[in-house]
Amino acid sequence: MSKLRIATCSLAGCFGCHMSFLDLDEQLAGLAEQIELDRSPLTDIKHLAGDGIDIGLIEGGVCNAENVHTLREFRSRCRILVAVGACALTGGVPALRNGIPLAACLGEAYLHGPGIEAAGVPDDPELPLLLDRVYPLHEVVRIDHVLPGCPPPAAAFHALLTAIIAGQPPALEYALRRFD
Amino acid sequence: MQAVDYRQINRILDEHRRDPLRLVQILVRIQHDYGGCPPAVRDYIAKAVNVPQAQVHGVVEFYHFLSPERLGDYRIYLSDNITDRMLGNERIMAVLQQDLQVRRGQPRADGRVHLDYTSCTGLCDQGPALLVNGRPITRLTPALAGEIAERINAAEPLDAWPAHWFQVEESLRLAGPVLAARSEPGRALQAAFQQGPERLLKEIDRSGLRGRGGAGFRTALKWRVSRDAPGKAHYVVCNADEGEPGTFKDRTLLTRFADEVFEGMTLGAYVIGAEQGFLYLRAEYGWLYPHLVAVLARRRAEHLLGHQILGHDFNFDIDIHLGAGAYVAGEESALIESLEGQRAVPRTRPPYTATHGYLHQPTICNNVETFVKTTLIARNGADWFLASGTRHSPGTKLLSVSGDVARPGIYEYPFGVSVQTILDACGATDTQAVQVGGPSGTCITPLEFGRAISFEDLSTGGSFMVFNRSRDMLAVVQNFTHFFAGESCGFCTPCRVGTQLLRQSIDKIMAGHASARELADIAETASTIRSMSHCGLGQTCANPLLDTLQRMRPLYESRLTSLDFVPGFDLDGALAPARELSRRDDAAAHLGQRCDELGCIVNSEGAGARR
Amino acid sequence: MNGNDFTFVLDGENIRFEPGQTIMEAATQAGIYIPHLCYHADYRPRGSCKLCTVKINGRFGSACTMPVQPGMQIDNDTDELTAMRRRLVQMLFVEGNHYCPHCEKSGNCQLQAVAYHVGMTDSHYPHFYPLRQLDASHPDMLLDRDRCIACELCVRASLESDGKAVFGLAGRGSRTRVVVNSESGLLGDSDFSADDVAARICPTGALIPKREAYLRPIGARQYDLRDIAHNAPPDPPSPEQMP
Repeated sequence: MSKLRIATCSLAGCFGCHMSFLDLDEQLAGLAEQIELDRSPLTDIKHLAGDGIDIGLIEGGVCNAENVHTLREFRSRCRILVAVGACALTGGVPALRNGIPLAACLGEAYLHGPGIEAAGVPDDPELPLLLDRVYPLHEVVRIDHVLPGCPPPAAAFHALLTAIIAGQPPALEYALRRFD
Repeated sequence: MQAVDYRQINRILDEHRRDPLRLVQILVRIQHDYGGCPPAVRDYIAKAVNVPQAQVHGVVEFYHFLSPERLGDYRIYLSDNITDRMLGNERIMAVLQQDLQVRRGQPRADGRVHLDYTSCTGLCDQGPALLVNGRPITRLTPALAGEIAERINAAEPLDAWPAHWFQVEESLRLAGPVLAARSEPGRALQAAFQQGPERLLKEIDRSGLRGRGGAGFRTALKWRVSRDAPGKAHYVVCNADEGEPGTFKDRTLLTRFADEVFEGMTLGAYVIGAEQGFLYLRAEYGWLYPHLVAVLARRRAEHLLGHQILGHDFNFDIDIHLGAGAYVAGEESALIESLEGQRAVPRTRPPYTATHGYLHQPTICNNVETFVKTTLIARNGADWFLASGTRHSPGTKLLSVSGDVARPGIYEYPFGVSVQTILDACGATDTQAVQVGGPSGTCITPLEFGRAISFEDLSTGGSFMVFNRSRDMLAVVQNFTHFFAGESCGFCTPCRVGTQLLRQSIDKIMAGHASARELADIAETASTIRSMSHCGLGQTCANPLLDTLQRMRPLYESRLTSLDFVPGFDLDGALAPARELSRRDDAAAHLGQRCDELGCIVNSEGAGARR
Repeated sequence: MNGNDFTFVLDGENIRFEPGQTIMEAATQAGIYIPHLCYHADYRPRGSCKLCTVKINGRFGSACTMPVQPGMQIDNDTDELTAMRRRLVQMLFVEGNHYCPHCEKSGNCQLQAVAYHVGMTDSHYPHFYPLRQLDASHPDMLLDRDRCIACELCVRASLESDGKAVFGLAGRGSRTRVVVNSESGLLGDSDFSADDVAARICPTGALIPKREAYLRPIGARQYDLRDIAHNAPPDPPSPEQMP
């Protein structure tokens, strides 16, 4: 049986979900028999392979234009897209800025905040522009499955992946279904 | 603006006996005199009537026409029913904003003018309409709006404006047996006294009269249950909170048939043994208040109200309570909450109003038209009433016809009349759809114009809005869906949140930000809202969407931009603030709405690369 | 059925009840859980959250307000009702700002626990991210309106248990919010006390004591391991009980 190809990334997230995934520890060895990683901060592969990926795991919300591009790239290449963690599902901590107008955020950072020299909002085209607010993934692309939690427990990753490998609909038992 | 004068406020409080049950009435008066109820006044009133400050705060913020800020000397509310839209109210709003130098919903720089939209003002037969300090001006044109603005800019008091501006026309287009059969004041009461309360109730029962507000509950049954319920006192309430968009027949009845309305209430009191009645008049009809008070005074002088009515051992009087702007107050238990000086939040049932109504005492609450019919049944007998209508819907129904018709106005038809018959009579041509019973009712298309107005087929409280083929029916749905979102009282979760979600859904569809999934989602969300909501508002708020999804699905499908998924918001628009702040407009500073448009990578060059 | 037969059927099971009981009271007495948030046994039922909606002889109704009648056929734990309740909880989550990861109430929160119970894993709907006023003016209590679900338990508890009327609801529709009975509108200027019954009644983290956050570690909190259906009613953690 060929291995399932998995890609992961973190958008507006803290990589804590990735750390939790690594908390699978020795179970990772077993999983490695059945999956192989494509683009992921764990492999340092920067871009998705051209052909189909089975599962995309996305951590973090969508806060800027680059996040939108990355998320869309995952959506178009991955058969199954999974929103991983509180930020991907609700915007999470980065979404605390959603109650503050972007002008006030950027003003504080680049114009009026303490210790600013040469005040000015950066206009370098290399820098991705911020969205007006942070969006959960499901408001930007279609999402197939979710792993709630901050971070989701390691066992939740295991439950999800083994279910998909076995061709079953993923389901989380009570202790793995948590929002914090 | 007049300074707040606490001696004057004390006078208002004294007029209302500092009675917490009259809190809404006190606040309506304060709003009228001072244009608002600022926190200091609010706290003063709370102490005076001995209720918590938070209660007064809660009431002030609940009703549309009460405000915590003083809104100025001229408070203008432009009616925003779909029929007003179709008659160009947006153009009127633009002229008023421009000429008055004011933005809608925001105070003018000098604080003297407030301008906003409001839900249907019940003047759909002569729209576009507005209320200025509670007084109606109908058939607005941009020119008239300009003249209004001029007078306001010149600080001219309303009494100095041309009187004919404030005239409301009552167009009785088709008078049936009820509208033609005027009852001389007192005649029905005399007939009732002759037969006694039990026989009167039996006669009403035999007539099969059902509530004309739309729900169609048997009037006699309601009265009997209430009469037989134990209580310290019994009460009669007339529901003149005619808030369903598109209906205005109660306006006509209160203007021309007030005696019949009050006499019907008196008959109800006679049957159930009440001494106190209330007519709850919607705020939008506040301009009818002086007329109604005058009719009440005359009836007292004629011994048709008050102590020992017509010399019999029967005392009954009627108080008029004003609403303050809340569609949900048309729900009878919410109306009673409002009568008791509270936020108009529907009560939990059971128990029902008939046994636990005003002050939790037995109360009958009936529609204006129902009381008129009671009067005529008492005078003319059940057989007269039974001569028209259908087996399950005896009698006639007053319809408020508006929209794309040559002759809008009031039409009285026997129940069982077909929609097509009405359309022919009112001069509707090229009709695309009819909204029967208002936004909470049913939207039908030409295939169904043979259907009958009746409780067993198309039930309606009286609203009948017609749309010809030039109209965008989704704009109609959008107007109605926004209406419900603005009128939800916020008590229960499904309606408070669900009406907002449905509003977002139709807005997404109209903006071209919806995929086929949206339509499935609407159906599912609607079913939760409908099943779990506390009152009729939530249970019907999805009707405009569901009816048209069922009957005009291609209209929706033509607006979908994807079969699979598309973001529900404007992605490129979400970058606009950042573009402006960074002064960028390069290609990377934009996003396409769909994945296959500009801004989406499909090659393997990585994020940031473009086609 | 005779006049003394005080039983009804709940999910196919015969349940005894005492005359005058609501469906919720009778079910609770029989050890059956019906999801709820605005209901509390000590107060008059309000019937506003609608989580306790059941099917009564085929029609929807609130279990907390509906009196039981002999022979009633009631559906509670069905796929249809669970799916609708899931949507209701999702509505509550997107309507407010419920950031479980850094909320002091997480793990002891009834909103979260009911969400777990009905199998909610995502928000489904777009988030509203409303702007709501935080009130930290009181020395011992915090009023974080972001987490308020307008259940009115604080309103009722303050009125009925504390005899104070500290809280009320103002606004309407989506702008419905808790207001405080004081001239400034601030909790610190009211006669509210951390010893009030109302101070421990909030099912979410909207009205919460200061200086008690995160005292219980994850894993030891009320709903970490046990579904709310199998949990004793939430006993407010007192400082002495803390590890």
